[in-house]
Amino acid sequence: RVKIVEVGPRDGLQNEKTLVPTEVKIHLIDMLSEAGLPVIEATSFVSPKWVPQMADQVEVMKGINRRPGVSYPVLTPNLKGFQAAVKAGAAEVAIFGAASELFSKKNINCSVDESLQRFEEVTKAAKEAGVRVRGYVSCVLGCPYEGQVSPDKVAQVTKRLYSMGCYEISLGDTIGVGTPGGMTEMLEAVSREVPVDALAVHCHDTYGQALANILIALQMGISVVDSSVAGLGGCPYAQGASGNVATEDVVYMLHGLGIQTGVDLPKLMDAGAFICSSLNRKTSSKVAQAACKL
Amino acid sequence: MGNFPTTVKHCLSYEELIQDYPWLARWLQEEKRALTHEYPEYVKIVEVGPRDGLQNEKEMVPTRVKIQLIDMLSETGLPVIEATSFVSSKWVPQMADHTEVLQAIHRSSHVRYPVLTPNMHGFQDAVAAGATEVAVFGSASETFSRKNINCSIDESILRFEEVICTAKQRQIPVRGYVSCALGCPYEGPIEFTKVAEVVKRLYELGCYEVSLGDTIGVGTPGSMAKMLHNVMKEVPSSALAVHCHDTYGQALANILTALQMGICTVDSSVAGLGGCPYAQGASGNVSTEDVLYMLHGMGIKTGVDLSKVIEAGDFICKALNRKTNSKVAQASGDYSVHCRMKKINT
Repeated sequence: RVKIVEVGPRDGLQNEKTLVPTEVKIHLIDMLSEAGLPVIEATSFVSPKWVPQMADQVEVMKGINRRPGVSYPVLTPNLKGFQAAVKAGAAEVAIFGAASELFSKKNINCSVDESLQRFEEVTKAAKEAGVRVRGYVSCVLGCPYEGQVSPDKVAQVTKRLYSMGCYEISLGDTIGVGTPGGMTEMLEAVSREVPVDALAVHCHDTYGQALANILIALQMGISVVDSSVAGLGGCPYAQGASGNVATEDVVYMLHGLGIQTGVDLPKLMDAGAFICSSLNRKTSSKVAQAACKL
Repeated sequence: MGNFPTTVKHCLSYEELIQDYPWLARWLQEEKRALTHEYPEYVKIVEVGPRDGLQNEKEMVPTRVKIQLIDMLSETGLPVIEATSFVSSKWVPQMADHTEVLQAIHRSSHVRYPVLTPNMHGFQDAVAAGATEVAVFGSASETFSRKNINCSIDESILRFEEVICTAKQRQIPVRGYVSCALGCPYEGPIEFTKVAEVVKRLYELGCYEVSLGDTIGVGTPGSMAKMLHNVMKEVPSSALAVHCHDTYGQALANILTALQMGICTVDSSVAGLGGCPYAQGASGNVSTEDVLYMLHGMGIKTGVDLSKVIEAGDFICKALNRKTNSKVAQASGDYSVHCRMKKINT
C-alpha cells in the first residue's frame, strides 16, 4: 500500500502564475477529499508579502470541508506561522529544510543550520500542542545553484529533522534532475540514518524522470509519495518547464502495479479538470490528456 | 560445526568467517546483488522518429526536411535510425517519398538504417532503393491485426515469412515488431502467452531482434514485468527490445523495468515525435532525449550525444511548427540551468 500526499493546493498553486480565488481553492480541496486522498496539503502560513498566492490561508483552512480520516497539513516556516496555523485550526504542520547551503540562503535567507534552529522552535511548540510535524528536504538530488548535492549531506539534514520530532520527511528532487541512479544512492545514504517508513519522495518531472524515480524509491521500501493533481506547479528554475509529478500519472502506475492507494482515479481526474479550467491551463497529466481523448 | 573455539571465533569475526569459508562470501555477495539491481553497461537506442514518429504527425513533411533530420541524427552517435517505410503511399502518404529519402540521406558507416517492409512488394522496392536492413510488423491482437493491416495474425506472419526468407538469402537482417504487447485499443488486455507466441514465431523465422510495442501506452511496470517474463521464456533477452509509448506517462518507468529484467535495446523517437493515433491529441512515442537523460544519469552508456539529439529535435519541431514532447528539451530551454545540470548528469 502507498500513501499519496497531495500537494497540489499548496505546492502546486503556489507555483502557478495566476492568482487563484479562495472559493476555487476550497472547492479543489473538497473535490480532492472526495477522491480518497489521505493527505492534502491545504495551504501555507508564510507571509503574504513573500507568497501572495497563499495570503488567504486562514480563510481556506476554515472554509474547507474536512473529511474524517484525511489529514490537511499546512506549511509553517517559523513559530509565528505555526501559531497562526494552530489558531486557524491546523492539526498538522510542515517545515522545509534544504540539503544545499546556497539554496537555503537564496530561498529563505539563512544557512541550513540557522533554518534548522528556527524549525526546532516549531517542533517544540508542536509537541506541546499535540500537533504532528512533517519535514521536507529540498535539493536532495541536485541544486539549481550548487549543482551536485552530497547524499551524506541529505542524510544529515534528514536525520536532524527526524530527531527534532518530524514523523515523516519528504525528500524533494526540487529541480527534477534526479535519475534512478542518483535516487538509489541518496536513499541508501538516508535510510542508514532514518528508518525507511519515515521517508517519502517528492519528485519533480522537469526532465521526465519522476515516475522512474518513484518506481526505484518504491523498490527500496519507500511507501509515501508526494504528487500534485494535474501536475500543478511549474518549475521556478526553468521557465516553462514542468514541475511536480501529476497525481493521476502516479496513481495510474501504482494501481497498474497492484498497489492500493485508496484513491478514486476518475474523481481525481475530475478535480484536475476543475482546477485546470479555473486556471485556464492545460493539464500536465498524461493520463488526463489521454483519458479525455479516448 | 567445528570445535567450540572456532565457532566463537566465527561469531566474533566476519572477516575470519570469510577467510575460512570463501564460498560463503560469494553467496553473501550474490544475495546483496539480488537486492540491488544490475543494469546493462550499454543500451542500444533505436531511433524511430523519422519513420514511426513522422508517420504519425498530421503535417506532411517535405522530403528535404526528412533527409536533414536523418542526417542530423546520424551525427549524434545513434547506432540505428529507422529511415522510412516501403508501404503503399495510398495507405501512408507521409512515407510516399521513401525511395528519395533512402537514396539521398548521408549514410554514416556507424549507423544502420532499417526500413519497414510489410510485404514482398515493399521489400523488393526497398532493396532496389538500397536498403540494407528491413523491419516487419506483427501484432499480438487479432482485432488490431485485422483493423491495421486487414488480415489475421497468422496470415500476416505467412506474408512476413516470404520477406524474411528472401532477406535471409540476400543477407539482409530483419527486425520484427510486435504491437499491442501490453494492451490493445480494441481488445483491451492481451494474454501475455499470446505475445510470447508471436514473438517466438518471428524470432524462429529469422528476425535477429523483436521489438515489443506498448502501442497505446497503457502498460505499467507491473504488466511490463509480467509480459517480459512470459516472452523471455521463449526468446533470449539479447534478441528483444522495448518500444514504449508515453500516452499515460509510463514509458520511462516501463523502460526502467525492462532494463532491470535484462533488456538492453530501447526504441524511442526524437522530441517524442508521433502522437497516438488512438487517442486524439495524446502523446505517443517516448522521447529519445528523456530516455538518454535517464540512461546517462544511471551511468549506462549509449554512445549518443544528448545535446546533438536536442538540436535535431529542435530542428524538426521548428519545421513541423510544433512543440517538443521531450521534457528534457523543454527544461533545457533555460540555458543557464541546463549548464549547471550538465555538471550533475555527466
